[in-house]
Amino acid sequence: MDSTINQIYAEAVQEIDAAGTADAIQSLNTKYLGRKGVITQFLRNISNLPKEERPSAGKEANRVKQEIEAACNAALTRLAAASDEMVTGIDVSLPGRTPVRGTLHPITQVTNEICDIFSRMGFSVVEGPEVENDYYNFEALNIPKNHPARDMQDTFYISEDIVLRTHTSPSQPRVMEKQPPPVRIIAPGKVYRCDSDLTHTPMFHQVEGLLVDENVSFGDLKGTLTSFVHQMFDPQTRVRFRPSFFPFTEPSAEVDILCVICRGKGCRVCSKTGWIEILGSGMVHPAVFENVDYDTTRYTGFAFGMGVERIAMLKYRIDDIRKYFDNDIRFLKQF
Amino acid sequence: MKVSISWLQTYVDIQMDIDPLAQALTMAGLEVDAVYDRYAYLHSVIVGRIAAVAPHPNADKLRLCQVDTGDRQYQVVCGAPNAAKGMLAPLALPGTELVDGTLLKTGKIRGETSEGMLCSEKEIGLGDDVAGLMALDEKLTPGSPLNRALGLSDMVLEIDLTPNRPDCLSIIGIAREVAAIQGTGFNLPTIDLPEGVEDIQKYTSVTIDAPDHCPRYAARLIADIQVKPSPFWLQDRLLSVGLRPINNLVDVTNFVMMETGQPLHAFDFDRLAEHRIVVRTAAEGEKFTTLDEKERIMTADTLMICDGEKPVAIGGVMGGMNSEIAPDTTRVLIEGAYFNPISVRGTAKRLGLNTDASHRFERGVDPHNTMTAIDRAAALMVETGGGRLISGAVDVQVDPPQPAVIDLSVSATNRTLGIDLMPEQMAELLVGIGFEATRMDNDTLRVAAPSFRVDVSRPQDLMEEVARRWGYDKIPTTFTAIPAEAAVAPKPLVQRQRIRERLAGLGFSEVVNYSFIHEKSCDRLGLAESDVRRKVVNILNPLTEDQAVLRTSLIPGLLETMQRNISRQSKTLKLFEIGKTFISKGAEVLPDEHDLLAALWTGDRFISGWFDKPAACDFYDLKGGLESLMENLQVSDLRFTRLPGGHHPYIRPGMGADIRIDDQPVGTIGEIDPPVLSTYGLKQTTFVFELDLMQLIDHIPDVVYAQPLPRFPSTSRDATLIVGQELEADTILSEVRKLDQPLVEDVQLFDVFQGKPVPENAKSISFRIIYRSSEKTLEDDTINQLHKEITQSLVQKFNADLPL
Repeated sequence: MDSTINQIYAEAVQEIDAAGTADAIQSLNTKYLGRKGVITQFLRNISNLPKEERPSAGKEANRVKQEIEAACNAALTRLAAASDEMVTGIDVSLPGRTPVRGTLHPITQVTNEICDIFSRMGFSVVEGPEVENDYYNFEALNIPKNHPARDMQDTFYISEDIVLRTHTSPSQPRVMEKQPPPVRIIAPGKVYRCDSDLTHTPMFHQVEGLLVDENVSFGDLKGTLTSFVHQMFDPQTRVRFRPSFFPFTEPSAEVDILCVICRGKGCRVCSKTGWIEILGSGMVHPAVFENVDYDTTRYTGFAFGMGVERIAMLKYRIDDIRKYFDNDIRFLKQF
Repeated sequence: MKVSISWLQTYVDIQMDIDPLAQALTMAGLEVDAVYDRYAYLHSVIVGRIAAVAPHPNADKLRLCQVDTGDRQYQVVCGAPNAAKGMLAPLALPGTELVDGTLLKTGKIRGETSEGMLCSEKEIGLGDDVAGLMALDEKLTPGSPLNRALGLSDMVLEIDLTPNRPDCLSIIGIAREVAAIQGTGFNLPTIDLPEGVEDIQKYTSVTIDAPDHCPRYAARLIADIQVKPSPFWLQDRLLSVGLRPINNLVDVTNFVMMETGQPLHAFDFDRLAEHRIVVRTAAEGEKFTTLDEKERIMTADTLMICDGEKPVAIGGVMGGMNSEIAPDTTRVLIEGAYFNPISVRGTAKRLGLNTDASHRFERGVDPHNTMTAIDRAAALMVETGGGRLISGAVDVQVDPPQPAVIDLSVSATNRTLGIDLMPEQMAELLVGIGFEATRMDNDTLRVAAPSFRVDVSRPQDLMEEVARRWGYDKIPTTFTAIPAEAAVAPKPLVQRQRIRERLAGLGFSEVVNYSFIHEKSCDRLGLAESDVRRKVVNILNPLTEDQAVLRTSLIPGLLETMQRNISRQSKTLKLFEIGKTFISKGAEVLPDEHDLLAALWTGDRFISGWFDKPAACDFYDLKGGLESLMENLQVSDLRFTRLPGGHHPYIRPGMGADIRIDDQPVGTIGEIDPPVLSTYGLKQTTFVFELDLMQLIDHIPDVVYAQPLPRFPSTSRDATLIVGQELEADTILSEVRKLDQPLVEDVQLFDVFQGKPVPENAKSISFRIIYRSSEKTLEDDTINQLHKEITQSLVQKFNADLPL
């Protein structure tokens, strides 16, 4: 039985290989697979076989049927390829079946990028609570009650001594309390200030950084942050450090970059100054070290903090900070 | 702080152009926010020649002037008596804002068109003559802008001062910095104090009962003085920095405050009971009406300036109605004091009263410049209002703070800053801004801070001065050595990022919603009174009702985001958020913060096109997404179990499940209950899940070990059971797994069917069992036998039927 069907197959393949025209192949197709074809005939005769042979014979015949069909198609393709004749196939211009594409929020993407840059410089990532004690948010950072520096940050209060953290800086004392120097951390996260207008949202994101060791200098601060700016934007970006004030650093420096939009000519984004403020930084204030019992004669360090929304705005040219939390899917899908 | 260059110039010879000067101040730590010409408003005031004057047909005192400006004529209605043909006068064109704030428009005055206004000196801020039109020089060209024609230009710097530099809240303070930048000197004003008469001790006294709040209080007295408008130069100075002139005495106090940084107050001496001053704290609940005509209630730690009977001012913040300078005032007591910064700030905050005085006192004024400022004011008051200065001053001091003396290590300074300066260079930099520096030994400078630098108390403060004077840009850029053994990122952060990326890969877009929600959100979700998610953290000072409490679930934020998107015609949404929720443990302790993961799916199942018809997503789409995520994360033992009684606050009854990992509930998945949707104005069927991120992360294996690949083929057998329609399909599959039969490799559900020929209230469940041995190729007989046994045991266990 098997031998018969295999014989048919062998003959068919031989004839198909020998066929030189599409018509010839078509007639072979009919000869074997047509309504009165050899295989069809064979299948009809299966019922005459002994009962136990029927399943395997049927299965075998169907396999051969498919293979002959494939051989015919292959021969036709071969012929077509050999000729210069045009072949109309599928409409390749029809759109493909695309799965839905998901995206990561631009704030996540930029936070990751910032953390990656500092990770490469040996910083490790830590996180802290968003609802914070007044002590960590202010006192430990040398901002006592009734200090005018509290005006720099409009605070949401939960109780007299509990606040929504106004910056990621509480991670500094929280980490130093638990760990002796050297310290090299960055702390990304949400922060809150009761301020809401065209350029402020009551919630936004910061990344804090802290490096404490022996012999850390202001020059090192400049080097680290300049390198960050060059990696985050481009290596040609000009960076400027200028004196400023934060209660928990002394000396303090504001870091400006040459406006990435107008290249310093002055535009709306940089308020015509040519420079854009992107970072606050400074050498850790000795009072902060004293609060965590670090030896101020032995250790120095620098700290910095940056707003993620602002950096994302510059990077992606986003014109309105409120878009981040509006979550319009047409906005999110752009990133 | 506004600084007019013309004012600044009276103390320092400015040798720099305005832009480099602004730049240099910024780089010295005094950030210049804006630079503008305060006469820019005169651009639309032009020189006009009065070509004709005719009577106004409808008004006796007005006249119609034809004003020639070279290229055209304007008709202007004018009431000035000195308007005359041929005269040159300032013509303010429509659009000009006059000094008093009036915005000019073309209009009709008594029926006649007036295209602008011919102005007096006063109206355009160039003098105080109000009698008639300002007569301009005949040689000026009609039509030219007045600021250019008169050569008027006064640049104003707007400086954004940091809170540590109260010394620069004065023109003299800025002049000192400019002089240091230029390396030039600067001049303090000379004070021509007139000869005094009699003796102040005869007239008044000062008693300080609250020395903690007020370490110094000084006063001078002037008699027979006249209250009147200030001379133009004085008004002009105040206007140049944005202050409003009031009368000569008040204007002098403001002028001296702007000049020296020392706030002063002028009392009508004759309205002070017993003609004396008592400085004390308020009685709790004491009422007092401040100069702005508001009655305010004091607390016990508010510092009050009182006369013999009653409060007359809130110390350092604002004076009172009851003692203010009035038109008939003839004797004035000038107050100059040093108030405790913390005390003033506390009071100003509590009263919500931020004044120019409190702004300076709370940052710290120079405790040793009090008398200089009072003397300057006294001299100017006599100059502008006449009168007799009473000889002497009252000056009560109870230990005012002394300026710091600090030993500065030159080597430590160099090391901290990363520079290499000689002691002499450092000393020179400090001396340039008023410090005194004495070299003690090779490495030590003894530095005495000037009394106006109340911010300086530690060596690091001096290091900042050295750095900013030397120039931050001149400090070389260096790098710390990076430790070879870099810290490994903590697992939760790494896994959280992995989850984000996997979810994005599954088509979900990340959103970031506010951590605050509306207090009513718990009600909208239908949370039970006992639900832990009702323990919200309240914000004492929320911006809006919508943001009054911290979220205890991510679902409200997702629904609000959905609502905004649907209203903008984005109807298919696959969203997720990872963020914190906050469960209160009482107002005085920090709340529990939980990291949650939530997702929402609404609208279409897939992007449909020419190949397929659109289909709405359903429960199993979102469940599949979650299962896919877990598979990606290699979390095993994920199960979904019926909600207790089929109920959950915001899930449509019967349409949700508990999510369990390792049999622990970690979250909920299901369809949002339509009544909950409607509280957000939504109708479209929506599926969500929310789960505890940290519990999930705990179940992600740190490492997965490779398993040997099977050496022998598998064989499968199908089975179909007809069971009651309530039976969960997974119960049957779990049962097969539970058999723990070593030859059963896997069991897969492939069909669930209800309807004919399956009897009513029943359903057929078809599944495939994969059999495999690790030792040999299985014989058909063995498998058939085993399959039969398993099927039989299931039939018994679930009281099932086999299909016919």
